[in-house]
Amino acid sequence: MREMISMIVVLTLLASVSGGLLAAVKSGTEVRIEEQILQFQKAPAIESLFTDVTNDPLKERFNLETEGGTLQMFPGKLQDGSKAVAFETFGKGGYGGDIGLMVAINLDSDQLVGARVTTHAETPGLGSRAKDDLTFVSQFNNKPVDANLALKADNGSIDAISGATVTARAVTRAAILAQELYSQLKPEILKQIQ
Amino acid sequence: MAQSLAKEFTKGLWAEIPPFRLVLGLCPTLAVTKTVENGIGMGLATTFVLVFSNLLISILRNAIPPKVRIACYIVIIATFVTIVELVMQAFTYPLFLTLGIFIPLIVVNCIVLGRAEAFASKNTPVLAVADGLGIGIGFTLSLASLGAVRELIGAGTITIWGGNPVFAVGDWYHPFSFMVEAPGAFVALGLMLACMNLIGKK
Repeated sequence: MREMISMIVVLTLLASVSGGLLAAVKSGTEVRIEEQILQFQKAPAIESLFTDVTNDPLKERFNLETEGGTLQMFPGKLQDGSKAVAFETFGKGGYGGDIGLMVAINLDSDQLVGARVTTHAETPGLGSRAKDDLTFVSQFNNKPVDANLALKADNGSIDAISGATVTARAVTRAAILAQELYSQLKPEILKQIQ
Repeated sequence: MAQSLAKEFTKGLWAEIPPFRLVLGLCPTLAVTKTVENGIGMGLATTFVLVFSNLLISILRNAIPPKVRIACYIVIIATFVTIVELVMQAFTYPLFLTLGIFIPLIVVNCIVLGRAEAFASKNTPVLAVADGLGIGIGFTLSLASLGAVRELIGAGTITIWGGNPVFAVGDWYHPFSFMVEAPGAFVALGLMLACMNLIGKK
């Protein structure tokens, strides 16, 4: 009996101390981790999407509340005077987990400016081409927001990556999610950037 | 005392160098050593976990009930691994991205649990720290040297830190990219094990 109690007490104590310690480290590094994600994952995608913007999308970012949580919005003023917004969505069912996709949409013409893969854990050389080789994601350029962005194999309009259909399908899921979010949130986005 | 301290520290550097002598911890050894930088990063993360888990387990060695000792070790090791993961995310984000899943997998690295069970739970904290530090540095050196062989042959460069190569062979060299793929890891490790055995042969 004594032995049993000491086992329970020791394990409980260890687990609580560990939990407390991790909570402290987590809250101590949270802000910095967010900055790092912004700098190393989101910023390169945004820069490659908004090549000719006249403002700083990273500095002017704002948050919108959605059903799925907080969404970070990056507004961009394009060279021709039209406004655009970029945000990141996640496509379920990649070969190595969810795939992050930064999607930029022109608010005036309701067309996609483009899309870039931000995070993935796909097979190097196969699925990773979704990020490294821009020929796949450039299919999203200038597509209307109401276009069918599924793969051609799923009766949509996007060519899959040969050898990496699963990856390509997850990317299209993220793009379709971005279309849905955009049509829901457009009034709010316009309110935020006037 | 000083003599046994030095003995525990240096055994990890040669006589019991983990991947080559004990042939332990092969999962990260094979998976992340595409470059020297990855090897060093993985080695340092493991060293941190080894030193602190050894220290804590050694301090608590009389308080931990023998029947649940493995569960206690895992809680302690997992705590330090998660701290490493968060700190790497905050300060060396690109390295964190390339090491990916292998950082959380340090929890089940048999070197860490092996040192806890075989050494830290039976020795004083000072000796346990010396042991963890020695084994950790040995592991780091092994990963770095394996990474150096693979990167030099497979990419023609040597990258120590920060993503920029400090040494490049030059344009005349056509990289033998097989060595940076997964099968190349087995070939390189096998050849290095053979060399180590040849040197250690009496």
